[in-house]
Order: sequence, then C-alpha cells, then structure tokens
Amino acid sequence: MNNIDALKELLYKMADDQLIIGHRNSEWNGLGPILEEDIAFSSMAQDKMGQSEHLYNLLNQLGEADADTVAFTRNAPQFHCSHLVELPIGGYDFSLIRHFLFDFAEYLRFEALKTSAYQPLAQVAKKFFGEVKYHTMHANTWVYQLGHGNEESNGKMQESLNFAWDYALGMFEPGPAEEMLINENIFIGEEALQAKWLEVVIPLLEKSNLVIPEKSSWAPIYGGRTGNHTAHLQPLLSEMTEVYSIDPSADW
Amino acid sequence: MYGNAYIDPNEKFSSEEETPELLAAFQARIDAGDKIEPQDWMPAMYRKQLIRMIEQHAHSEIIGSLPEGTWITRAPGFRRKLALMAKVQDEVGHAQLLYSAAETLGKSREDMMNDLITGKSKYSNIFNYPALTWADSAVIAWLVDAGAIVNQLANSKGSYGPYCRALERICYEESFHLKYGHDNVVHLATGTKKQREMVQAAMTRWWTPLMHFFGPSDKASVHSDTLMRWKVKMASNDAMRQQFMDMYIPKIWDLGLTLPDPLLKKNTETGLWDYTEPDWEEFKRVINGDGPCNAERLAVRRMAEENGRWVARAINNEEAEHVRPFA
Ligand SMILES: [Fe+2]
Ligand SMILES: [Fe+2]
Ligand SMILES: [Fe+2]
Repeated sequence: MNNIDALKELLYKMADDQLIIGHRNSEWNGLGPILEEDIAFSSMAQDKMGQSEHLYNLLNQLGEADADTVAFTRNAPQFHCSHLVELPIGGYDFSLIRHFLFDFAEYLRFEALKTSAYQPLAQVAKKFFGEVKYHTMHANTWVYQLGHGNEESNGKMQESLNFAWDYALGMFEPGPAEEMLINENIFIGEEALQAKWLEVVIPLLEKSNLVIPEKSSWAPIYGGRTGNHTAHLQPLLSEMTEVYSIDPSADW
Repeated sequence: MYGNAYIDPNEKFSSEEETPELLAAFQARIDAGDKIEPQDWMPAMYRKQLIRMIEQHAHSEIIGSLPEGTWITRAPGFRRKLALMAKVQDEVGHAQLLYSAAETLGKSREDMMNDLITGKSKYSNIFNYPALTWADSAVIAWLVDAGAIVNQLANSKGSYGPYCRALERICYEESFHLKYGHDNVVHLATGTKKQREMVQAAMTRWWTPLMHFFGPSDKASVHSDTLMRWKVKMASNDAMRQQFMDMYIPKIWDLGLTLPDPLLKKNTETGLWDYTEPDWEEFKRVINGDGPCNAERLAVRRMAEENGRWVARAINNEEAEHVRPFA
C-alpha cells in the first residue's frame, strides 16, 4: 500500500460514513417526533450528503470514478462505512444518540484535518467544520434535554447509549496504512482521534445525566472499514440504487 | 380543496353581537385593502373559515411531504437526492409556518394535529394517491406544486395578515420546487425509452387527480359570496383550474407527452379550455376517506405522532431544567 492508497482509504471511510448516516437520517422525513426535529434532521442529512459528495470528488481527483458512480453502483463489501451508521434508525432516542456519538467524532476528525498536509482535504475540512459544529450543538442540546427530561426519556436515552456504545467505538477501527498518514502529517490516526473523542463525549454525556458503560466491558465492533458489514447495509444500498440502476448510463 | 376549504351550507353564519355597524366597519377595512390582524375584531364565521382553510393547508403540506418523501432514499444521484430532500424539508417548514398562522386565530397546533390524525379535518385530496415510480415524484414536484402556486398566489392577496405573510414566503420557496420538478420531468421526457415511458405513465395517472385538485365548480351561495367579499376565498375553483391549464398544458404537450382527455383543447371563442369533467364521484369518495392511500397516510402520521409523544412529554416536563430546543 502506498500513501495514495492510504489516503484513498481515509477518504472512502469518511465519505461512506457520511453518505450512509445521511441516508439513515433522511429516513426521518415526515416521521420526526416534532416538526422542528423533522426539519433539523433533514437539514443535517443534507449536509452529510453534500459532504460525502465533496469527498467522493476528492477521490475522483485521485483517479476514482465520479461521485454518482461511486455512491450508486457499489455493493456492500465495497463500502468502508462503520457499522454504527448502517444500523436502522430505530426510535428517535437511538437516532439521536447515534447522531451525538457520530457527529462529535466527525467534528474532531475535521478539526484535526484542518491542518492536514494534504491540502485538498484540509480545505474541505475547513469548509465543513462549521456545519458539523452546528450539528454537534444540536445533538448535545437534545441529548441534554432528554437526558434530563423525565424518567422515561432518561431511560430511553440510557438504553440507546448502552446499545450504541460499542458500535461507536467501532468508528475508530485502525486502518492498515495509518502509520504512513501519521508520518506525513496527513491524519492523526484513529487511536489519537478516539482519545480526543472520549475526552469530549464522556463529560457531556455525564452532564446529560447518562452513565457511560463500564470501561472493562468495552468491545469495539470492527469490520466495516474492511468491507465486512451488518446485514442492514445491502438492503439500504439496494433501496438507494433502485432508480439509478434502472439505467446507470441515463441522465437522471 | 387546497386553499379553498369546504363550506358547509347549513352552518350558522352570524351571531347576535355582530351588529350591522361592526360588520360594515369590518367590510370597509377589507375593501380599503387593510390586512386583518390577530388582535382585530372579526366575525366569528371569518375566524372559523380561516382556521379551517389554513389548517387544511398546513395538513396538506405535512401529508404532502409523504408521497414524495418516500423517494428521497431512492433518488438517482446526488443532485436529485439533495434537491428532493431540500424540497420535502421546505414542505414540512410550510406546515410549521401555517400551523403558527392558524394558531393566531385561537386553535392550538396540538388540537389541529389531533383533528388530522383522527380524520376530523381534511387535507388536499391529491395526496391520497400513490407516487408509484420516480417519475410520479417528478410529476408531483412539477404539477402539484404548480397547482399549489396558483392557489397560494391567489390566497396571498387575501385579507388575513398572518396567512398572507406565510403564503408569500411559501410561494417564494414553491417556485424552486416547480423548477426542480420541471427540470426532472424534462430529463425524463427527453431521456431514454424507459425514462420516457415512465414519465408518460405517471402523467396519465396524475391527470385526473390534477383536474380534481381545485375542487368542483363552486355553487353560487350566500356563504361563498360573503367569503369572497371578506377576501377569504379569492378565486373560484374553475378560474384557478383554467389558469393552471392555460399555464401548463402547452408545456406538457411541448415535451411530447400526452394527456388522457380527447376533448382537451383551448376553445378559441371562449378563451377557456374544453375538457371532460373528471369523475367527481371518485373525488367525493376519496375525500371522504376511501382513496388508495387515505388510510396509509393517516396511519403514518399517527405513528409519527404516537412515537414522538415521549419526546414532547420530556420537553414539556415542568420539573426539568429548561433548555430551549436548538433548532
Ligand atoms: Fe409547500
Ligand atoms: Fe406542496
Ligand atoms: Fe412545494
């Protein structure tokens, strides 16, 4: 693996994560618990989609196919997303916790990438940093509100956090060629990112009246980065490409 | 049936305290082009009819987001996906704006929601038909939104301030929806054989619901005359239908698409379109609950409401430390 491949791997996992979580969050359309949240989830899902398209465009510059082809013609084993983003939307409590855990990771990833030695990625990171910051504020406000709301809402949030935690740790699955990226100051690496993430999310969750699962029980769920996915991903992709695949050469 | 809400001819129309003097002063303000604001005096029937109209319009926006919404996850390509998501988000935003406008007249959002999910209040009939293919979603975005614009532009010249202001913003956004829908239909109509067949089939399916869209010819009645004078009802159903046909039939034909009505043609003598009356019995049946999607639409809305109740309970909890929703 040379460093272009390592870079592509980084871009693929970021773009795929954003595409798939954007897709999942867009499923909330018309089903949000209140109209304002319906709108907020849709707006953030659009941001994620837009960001993934941008990252696919960077891949295109590195010789990969165009964004539509890459997003709409691959099958599950060719995707690099984490299991966390593949899971069905579940209840609003799960979707909200996932949004919180994912978006803080994304925020910190972009923050680190703002100074990446790979200029095109540094520029994208600077461009999207503000958007993602807004998403984390949204997530934190709601997690706080429902963590404190009443017994019922606290219980639901806690249960979803317990369920999501190991999946969230799975986002930081180390890549095979990370050393190369770290040495060339392209990316700080998953381990360092996870440490930053824990430093940020643990106090916020505790402030929201939620309990972090016992550290000794943590068992990160890996596999997504190497194309081994949950059973939920392929049906999602089949749905996503249903119209596009009627005629991939057509102009839609 | 979009903005022109159903009028019950047997409804009591005025009350004792509505003296001729008060009514005349009210009429004079409207004739002078004044906007009526929430705190102003207004006849009970004016209030009632406006609540009904704005509420039905709000319901139409939120239910209307469902048939197109089901295509977000299947939209072909980033460009269409992002545009459709933005459009559907706008529609939900329209519902929010309209519920707020209706609330200024004294009915709470919660009561309106309850009346929607129990089937007590109506929404535009057209959303009781399914969007079977991607092309249906394109036809909806173009022509249902076009119909909505005809209706909403007329209503934005009405007399109730909060409704007019909401409609101005809504019409501005609707014009982007129409552009998106038109571009989408053009791509399909000038695309591959499969795409062309798809969009023709969708156009054929949606023609009757589109003809139903503005409602049956208005019957002359004291009620509807009064509502016209009060600038609650701004144009007759037939006038709006004709305007819609005038603007869009030529565009549809230009794309090489056909419409399933052999009588359809512009009458050079009257300047109006000749057409076959759509089946108004079907219209009545569907509006009274027996359409292809009525049950499904309400079930989805009801499920969303019920699944979301715990969130509302938690944020309305008096004991809780209060945090304003961020978005
Ligand atoms: Fe709308
Ligand atoms: Fe609409
Ligand atoms: Fe619209």
